[in-house]
Amino acid sequence: MKNTNNVVLQTVVKIMIPFIQVYGIFIIMNGHLSPGGGFAGGTILGSSLILYSLAYGVKKGIERFPRNHAKVLESAGGIVFISIGLLTMLRGGNFLSNNLFPGLGETGKLLSGGIIFPITLAIGIKVASTIVTLFYHLLEEKKI
Amino acid sequence: MRYILSTIILLVIGTVLVMMVSEMPEFGAADNPSNNMVSERFTENVIEDTNVQNIIAAIITDYRAFDTIGETTVLFTGIASVLTVLGAHVKAGEKKDVIKKDEKH
Repeated sequence: MKNTNNVVLQTVVKIMIPFIQVYGIFIIMNGHLSPGGGFAGGTILGSSLILYSLAYGVKKGIERFPRNHAKVLESAGGIVFISIGLLTMLRGGNFLSNNLFPGLGETGKLLSGGIIFPITLAIGIKVASTIVTLFYHLLEEKKI
Repeated sequence: MRYILSTIILLVIGTVLVMMVSEMPEFGAADNPSNNMVSERFTENVIEDTNVQNIIAAIITDYRAFDTIGETTVLFTGIASVLTVLGAHVKAGEKKDVIKKDEKH
């Protein structure tokens, strides 16, 4: 895959990707304050990595975000989710009851909502790595 | 013949569906079956239960977090099957090999 005439595309993508990723992280982290959440923000994060692969080629995309990192992040998202549920059981509640932290925090602040914030982070990381892994594998299959 | 038969079956199914839709309650009416005590409890107690402004986030990651675990499990199962079927030729840790294949093409 030779990239010869992609100067405009690559330059625009290089400028746009930081903004897309900051927007995705914002949507993940503000999931409990504004519309958004783990699934939507994770999709935006993952599609920014897909955009990089489309502009620079799959080889550079895999160099930038290796396949094994995606696998580890994906499994870590699910494990974090389930272990939060088990920790709440250790503190004497039901599975995934909102008692992990002593206070729920002030309404409208970033660190409010108890377990909602870490769970949204875990979902976002998981969805982003899922989308990127899916993209790499479908593309790989087509080329070989 | 098969074309006529499938058209007739589709028309029958479509008629049943349209009849069912016409029987449905009006959108947003106060006496809908969806306006029951469950949604009332969610919308009224969400601030004191979770201190969260976005009720949807509170429902999917607090009240119904077990359901969201199911969703992430679906994602995990899907990606595991994709890795099994499509990634059979790529063993774990062989990314250098893949990059070489990219350079050939």
